[in-house]
Amino acid sequence: MTDNNNLIVYCEYEDGKVADVSLELLTKGRVLADRLGVKLEAVVIGDKLDNIEEQIFPYGTDVVYKVEDKRLYPYTSNPHAAVLINLFKEIKPQICLMGATCIGRDLGPRVSSCLHSGLTADCTALEIGDHKDPKTGKEYTDLLYQIRPAFGGNIVATIVNPDCRPQMATVREGVMKKEIKDPAYKGEVVALDAGKYVKPEDFVVEIIDRHIEKSKVNIKNSPIIVAGGYGMGSKEGFDLLFDLANTLGGEVGASRAAVDAGFVEHDRQIGQTGVTVRPKLYIACGISGQIQHIAGMQESSIIISINNDPNAPINTIADYVITGNVEDVVPKLIKYYKKNSK
Amino acid sequence: MSLNIIVLAKQVPDTRNVGKDAMKEDGTINRAALPAIFNPEDLNALEQALRLKDANPGSTITLLTMGLPRASEIIREAIYRGADTGIVLTDRTLGGADTLATSYSLAQAVKKFGNYDIILGGRQAIDGDTAQVGPQIAEKLGLPQVTYAEEILDLKDGKVTVKRRLESGVETVVAPLPCVVTVNGSAAECRPRNARRIQKYKYAVSPSEKEKLSDDLKAVVEKRPYLNLQEWSAAYVDADPQQIGLAGSPTKVKAIENVVFTAKESRTIENNDTELEDLVKELIANHTIG
Repeated sequence: MTDNNNLIVYCEYEDGKVADVSLELLTKGRVLADRLGVKLEAVVIGDKLDNIEEQIFPYGTDVVYKVEDKRLYPYTSNPHAAVLINLFKEIKPQICLMGATCIGRDLGPRVSSCLHSGLTADCTALEIGDHKDPKTGKEYTDLLYQIRPAFGGNIVATIVNPDCRPQMATVREGVMKKEIKDPAYKGEVVALDAGKYVKPEDFVVEIIDRHIEKSKVNIKNSPIIVAGGYGMGSKEGFDLLFDLANTLGGEVGASRAAVDAGFVEHDRQIGQTGVTVRPKLYIACGISGQIQHIAGMQESSIIISINNDPNAPINTIADYVITGNVEDVVPKLIKYYKKNSK
Repeated sequence: MSLNIIVLAKQVPDTRNVGKDAMKEDGTINRAALPAIFNPEDLNALEQALRLKDANPGSTITLLTMGLPRASEIIREAIYRGADTGIVLTDRTLGGADTLATSYSLAQAVKKFGNYDIILGGRQAIDGDTAQVGPQIAEKLGLPQVTYAEEILDLKDGKVTVKRRLESGVETVVAPLPCVVTVNGSAAECRPRNARRIQKYKYAVSPSEKEKLSDDLKAVVEKRPYLNLQEWSAAYVDADPQQIGLAGSPTKVKAIENVVFTAKESRTIENNDTELEDLVKELIANHTIG
C-alpha cells in the first residue's frame, strides 16, 4: 500500500509569530515529505493571519491553509478541532504533526478520537519505515515510526499506525531542529472559509481572562546551562546556581524532581517531559542523571558533573567529573572565573 | 445544588522511582518490582471534586477506573479521602488498549453510569504521560473539555469557571455543564485520609474481593450497601469488541528498546583549588566560557 497523500503540520502562533515548535516540525516534516515524495502542507487557524505564510514557506512548505475568523483566536478546543476534522476529511493527509504544547496536547486527542486515527504523544524521533504485522503477516511500506520514551523514560517504544489515517504525532519544543530550507521558497496559499468548517455551536467554551507572558526563561537557546537536581535541597539552594549562571552568562535549568519539589519554575525543566537542550556547556549540579533527564541534555558539547556520589549515572556521559559538594565547588568556580576572565 | 461528580483515575506503576531491579535482564519492565500507586494528578482532580462537594452538600463523587481488579485499591484510597463510591471497569478483553481504545471503553462506562454533571480527571498518567484520554473521552461523549485546569473557581447556573495553567500564562474559561475537566499537577494537593472514614470503609470491597473474605466479613459487607464497590465488564457497558483492547487500538507498538547511553571518557577533576582553577582556565582558553 503506497500513500501519495501529503504531510501536514498544525502551526501555532502568538502575537503574529509562528511558534518555534511549529517551525521545528516543518523542518522535520520537509525531510519526511521528501522521503515519501509528497508535499509538505501547513494549516494555521486564527485571526489576523496576514502574511503569516511568509514565516512558513522558507521551511519548504508547499501549501499553507489559512482559516481566519476572529472567534478562532485565542485558541479554544472545539472550534479548532472542528476545523481540522473537517479539513482532514477533505484533504486526507497521511501524516499530521503538532507541537506537544498545551494547545497541541489538547487538540490532537480530540481530532484523533473523532477520526479514529491514532496519536502518539511527545515523540522524540520520527522516521519512515516498513512494518510487518506479526499476527496477520500483512506488510506495510513507508509508515511513520513514532518513537517515544515510555515508562518514565526507562524504555523507548516505536509506535506505528498501520491502518488509520492520518498518522498523528506530537513533539515537544526543542526536540527537533529548526532550519530554513530556502529563504525564497514559495508555496501556495489556500484561504478557507471558516464558516464551512466550524459551526456556531462549536464555540461552547468562553475565555473570560487571559494572561500570556513571554517566557522570561530561555534555556533552549542558552549556550551555557547550570542545572540543579533534587539534591540542591531547596529554592535557596538554587540561588548558588543562579550566581554561577549569571557569572558565566548562562541560564539555570533543573531536573524533573527539582521542579516537582517546587525549587524552580516549570519552564526550566530539562528532559523528556521538559525541554531538550544542546548548549556548549552543561554543568549538572547534584543531578543523579535519570534517563529521562539525560535524554534532554546528552547532546550538550561539554558536560561537567558536580556530585557527591562518584557513581552518579550522569558521570558516565560527563566530560568532567568533580566529586564533591555543590556548595563547595560552585563558589570556587565563580571565584576562579572572575579571577581569570578579562 | 447537589452534584453528581465522576472522577477518572488510574492505578499506575510508580515510574518516578525506578530502581535497578525494575528492569529485567532482557530490557523489559518488571512490573512486580514497582509499587502500584494512585496516579498523582488524579489525586489533584479528586481534591477539586472534594471542594465541589464541600461547596455543594449532598453531592456524590464516584471514582471510575479501568484496570486490573486490584485497582479497587485506589477506590478505597479515594473513599478514605472523601469520595463516596467507585467502579472498576475490568475485563481481559480491555487489555493492550492504546489511549483511543481506553477512552472508548471509559466513555462507554460513563454512558452506562448515566446521570452526571461533571467529569474530572488528572491531566495525564505517569506511566504514559500522554494526556490523551481526557480529551478523547470528552470527544466520544460529545462534551466540551477544559484541560490543564489548576482550580475550579466557580460552579453555578449550569456553568463551571476554571483557571487553566498554560506554558506561558494563565487563562480563565467558562464551560457549560456537563463537561470534562483535566487537572494539572500544579493544582492544590489532595487532602489526606480521614481516620474515621478509614474505620468506616476499610471493608469496602469489589465483588471479586468479597469472594475472598471470611463468611463473617462477607455478612458484614452484605448488610452495608456502602461497602459494596462495583466491578463492570466490557459487555456490561455495551462495549463493541472491535473498539476495545488491542483490536480497538489504531496504534501498535512495533518495538521496545531499553535506553542505553553511550558512555564518554570522563576526566576526573579533584575538588581542590588548583584543579578547579585549571579547569576554569581551560574552558576560558577554548572559548567554552568567557
